[in-house]
Amino acid sequence: MIPGQFDYVRPGSLDDALRVLTEREGDAKLLSGGYSLIPLLKLRLAQPELLVDLHDVTGLDGIVETDDELRIGARATHRQIHERDTIARYPLLHDVAGGIGDPQVRNWGTIGGSVAHADPASDWPAALLAANASIVCRSQSGERIVAARDFFLDTFTTAIEPTEVLTEIRFVRRPRGQGGAYTKLERRAGDFATAGVAAIVRLGEGGTIGFAGIGVTGVSDSPYAATDGEAALVGQPPSESTFRAAGQAAAAMSRPVSDVRGPADYKRAMVAELTLRSLQRATERALAYA
Amino acid sequence: MATQHITVTVNGEAREADVEPRLLLVHLLRDTFGLTGTHVGCDTSNCGACTVHVNGDSAKSCTMLAVQADGATVRTIEGLADGSNLHPLQQAFWDQHGLQCGFCTPGMIMQAAWLLEQDPDPSEHEIREGISGNLCRCTGYVNIVKAIQQAAGELQAKAEAPTGTPAATAG
Repeated sequence: MIPGQFDYVRPGSLDDALRVLTEREGDAKLLSGGYSLIPLLKLRLAQPELLVDLHDVTGLDGIVETDDELRIGARATHRQIHERDTIARYPLLHDVAGGIGDPQVRNWGTIGGSVAHADPASDWPAALLAANASIVCRSQSGERIVAARDFFLDTFTTAIEPTEVLTEIRFVRRPRGQGGAYTKLERRAGDFATAGVAAIVRLGEGGTIGFAGIGVTGVSDSPYAATDGEAALVGQPPSESTFRAAGQAAAAMSRPVSDVRGPADYKRAMVAELTLRSLQRATERALAYA
Repeated sequence: MATQHITVTVNGEAREADVEPRLLLVHLLRDTFGLTGTHVGCDTSNCGACTVHVNGDSAKSCTMLAVQADGATVRTIEGLADGSNLHPLQQAFWDQHGLQCGFCTPGMIMQAAWLLEQDPDPSEHEIREGISGNLCRCTGYVNIVKAIQQAAGELQAKAEAPTGTPAATAG
């Protein structure tokens, strides 16, 4: 398969990239690792007139903790994230980064590319939703911060503007008593998730659940935060029956379609089960980080 | 749409080409440079038959544009052997019968080479994880894993052998 024709530029700085995006508003697509965009170009589902390769734009791949945040640069590859010592303290992100695609995909694919691409079955969006992450978008007129829960609008559609570059993802620094986990079902190694559930559990007073986040992928037009499942958890003890109730609530919010990965009711049942498993592992990790 | 002039160091040799931006790296290697050892399998980023190393990291060359590799160092299956001496991985695939039809083999070997550069002594599980982006429809992977284990042992033995031993003992 051969992509349609396009022009290609490799700006040397973020400012140059932003200028090109503004000059060619709507005609240009950003290229990061390429493992999301190039398959679409080859299928001619995407036919931009111009590709703006961020290859030479430095300073977008940092992974740093500030006093209150973990900040991951958009150009950090899945592998860089998975192998970074800091990320070992963020088990949800560690799970996701180590399980995306296959080793070659993780060598080149980037978190920012994956998030901006917003495939309805991709892994990072579920984690960002569960963790209530923030997404930093830069344009020539400045920077704005979009909550993950306001970012994923529809299939391959996000709140990012054509003149913006997604530069960074920000997570709240992990507090004591919090754990996370990501569990996905794949038909085979490296396939997109049939269903995937990211969960965050923070234990509060008396061992009950003080905060919970659930992000679900693969079973809707767009990854979603399972707010009904979260509501079923807060204030409850972290027990299997609580988790099962949350799983049922998370599954009830899914809108799966029957396809090669399975019938809709099977996928819905899997959301409930994967939610249970992610909540159990997240709780174990929260207890281990008391 | 204008072509672009690119320079890519392939297996140690700087090579230049004028390419359309839409040209895929695998086609640059096969059609422009004549290095047909890299195979096009699924052409959808799944099978890994087109795996090469770009700046030292394994990549699926059907999922990278030639222009992205401008200025990069690329290593293909043709760059593994030392003259007529097979690379330990190539020899091990031969010895262990790590192939049947052979179509996946160049990508499988390049991915295994990258894996052993990252981790010279991987467990069987780590080998299987490491080649999870490479599909083989013939072997069932058992002999591929054995071949990678054999090569890992040989490469480690080679790395541990004191260099210049003959001269040292001769003195």
